[in-house]
Amino acid sequence: SEVEGWIWGRRLGVITRSASSAAHQKVCVVGGGPAGFYTAQHLLKDVQVDIYERLPVPFGLVRFGVAPDHPEVKNVISTFTQTAHHARCCYYGNVNVGTDVSVEELREAYHAVVLSYGAEGNRSMGVPGEDLEGVYPAKDFVGWYNGLPSNRELNPGLDCETAVILGQGNVALDVARILLSPIDELKKTDITQRSLDALAQSQVRRVLIVGRRGPLQIAGTIKELREMVNLPDTKPEMVASEFEGMAEALKVIPRPRKRLTELMLKTAVDPPAEKERQRRQAASRSWGLRFLRSPLEVLAGPDGARVAGIRLAVNRLEGTGDGSVAVPTGEVETMDCGLVITSIGYKSLPIDPAVPFDPRKAIVPNSLGRVQQAAGLYCSGWLKTGPVGVIATTMNNSFDTAHSVVEDLTSGCLDATSAKPGSTGIGPLLDKRGVKPVSFSDWEKINQEERRRGAAQGKPREKLLDVEEMLKTWTV
Amino acid sequence: PCVKLLYSWKHGYLNTALLWDCLHPPPQPAFAEQHPSRRGNPVTVHFVNRDGEKITAKGSPGDSLLDLVINEDLDFDGFGACEGTLACSTCHLVFSEEVYEKLGPVTDEEMDMLDLAYGLTDTSRLGCQVCLTRALEGMEARVPESVADIRQTQDSSS
Repeated sequence: SEVEGWIWGRRLGVITRSASSAAHQKVCVVGGGPAGFYTAQHLLKDVQVDIYERLPVPFGLVRFGVAPDHPEVKNVISTFTQTAHHARCCYYGNVNVGTDVSVEELREAYHAVVLSYGAEGNRSMGVPGEDLEGVYPAKDFVGWYNGLPSNRELNPGLDCETAVILGQGNVALDVARILLSPIDELKKTDITQRSLDALAQSQVRRVLIVGRRGPLQIAGTIKELREMVNLPDTKPEMVASEFEGMAEALKVIPRPRKRLTELMLKTAVDPPAEKERQRRQAASRSWGLRFLRSPLEVLAGPDGARVAGIRLAVNRLEGTGDGSVAVPTGEVETMDCGLVITSIGYKSLPIDPAVPFDPRKAIVPNSLGRVQQAAGLYCSGWLKTGPVGVIATTMNNSFDTAHSVVEDLTSGCLDATSAKPGSTGIGPLLDKRGVKPVSFSDWEKINQEERRRGAAQGKPREKLLDVEEMLKTWTV
Repeated sequence: PCVKLLYSWKHGYLNTALLWDCLHPPPQPAFAEQHPSRRGNPVTVHFVNRDGEKITAKGSPGDSLLDLVINEDLDFDGFGACEGTLACSTCHLVFSEEVYEKLGPVTDEEMDMLDLAYGLTDTSRLGCQVCLTRALEGMEARVPESVADIRQTQDSSS
């Protein structure tokens, strides 16, 4: 690769100082989730990459967001592990950028800094009653059953019959599925034992998934919807009239939206075959989609502290297709429920005042991953585009940012020829501040321990829920 | 294959694929070969990558196209992220109509993930679900541009 770097440099007409200067270029990535790892994967072809992650454990939403019953989606971890084992890659867990070390300090130590720390906040409904007991952002509920340390003590109340989920994306469908899945299915997964025990005691029998627009605008996708339709011991509870006119619309829409809508129609409107009819009759739980409803207020029960219902505005659609907009009609409706989960989007937060941040869009303003007005600073993943898309989306977005970084390093618009200390500059700062970074092989010890504990319960792993415990484990 | 060939002849048609098999029986390997592309009669596949370059590789009957990409170390960025478990659409490939017809049936499960692929066509398949057969000898598979799975919400104003 030294020779490659030299040849490449010559081809681009850049006079390289020495044959090995490419290998001396150092980039740091802030955030050890999919964006961070995919950005690193691409960058490693040319430079040294250090990944800083706040938690001791890596992988971000692949570990804490993907549902426990979707283990195949987590296969990307083997690619990330390969990346971490690359000779030019170093992982530093348990380092909080913004408090343990500043972005300015990183920019002094590295030729380029890529911010890939994702979206740790929630969009709120902005309605009265949102702070009542029994109302949870979907991100926190998902974090709870996936073992995110900061959601460990969520203890959601599950002693009510009906749960209402606001939002109809795949996160909403995941939450509905976890709330209604048979325990026997969940106990074979890496769901935390604590949440498994709570779900085993759950009294929730009915989940309504509510969206502000219509069936043709639902953001969830067919695989997740099909999982609800096929969920054992549950039956669909839809309002057939909400699907009027859909059959006509089917004729002109592209295949993916068409198949999804056909599945919804079949479930909501078509009379079931005999076997399915019997299955539905015997089911003890139900789920349904409700459309054209926006939250106005979360209502408390007699104690004034816990949710007992939700008041919704009834909407109509203006326009058609993806661009259509929900407009209130003035009509209002109330739904009784004891649990409300808001699944209306994640949100990035600013971590360092030195980094430009757009509070309206909640992203770092950038062009092709280059942070505006900040040479040498880049962003990738949800911090760059907003919290939309799946792992593959993030992968492409991260490759694009990495491409921008490499372009700038080789074109000379970044000062990439002077030596930078990289982690040898940051290490002493962290040491002075009492921060003990966790290496990738330390994570592998934590990983081993989690798998050992899981094996005892017939699960792929039992996640450690406590940062202190994680730090103790690798030192044993 | 010879028995099946006689059967087809008896019933008024000649199955030329079987005729070929009878006239060219595959060599019996002396030892179990370790390298996948040298087991049995290899099938040649021509990939066209995102830069329009043609890359030729050989795989064994029964291997999926994803297996072939991995075994032959073909450098398609981000291909096969979920390792062939129908949990993504990054092994999306596009074929000619003629080849597409020979690829066999598509399950609902594959269709569900294929529906999310960028640049979906009527002759698209997921490489992890397409297995090589000798009838596919010399086939061409195009690796399309890989922008997002369409599972991104086009969120209009809040």
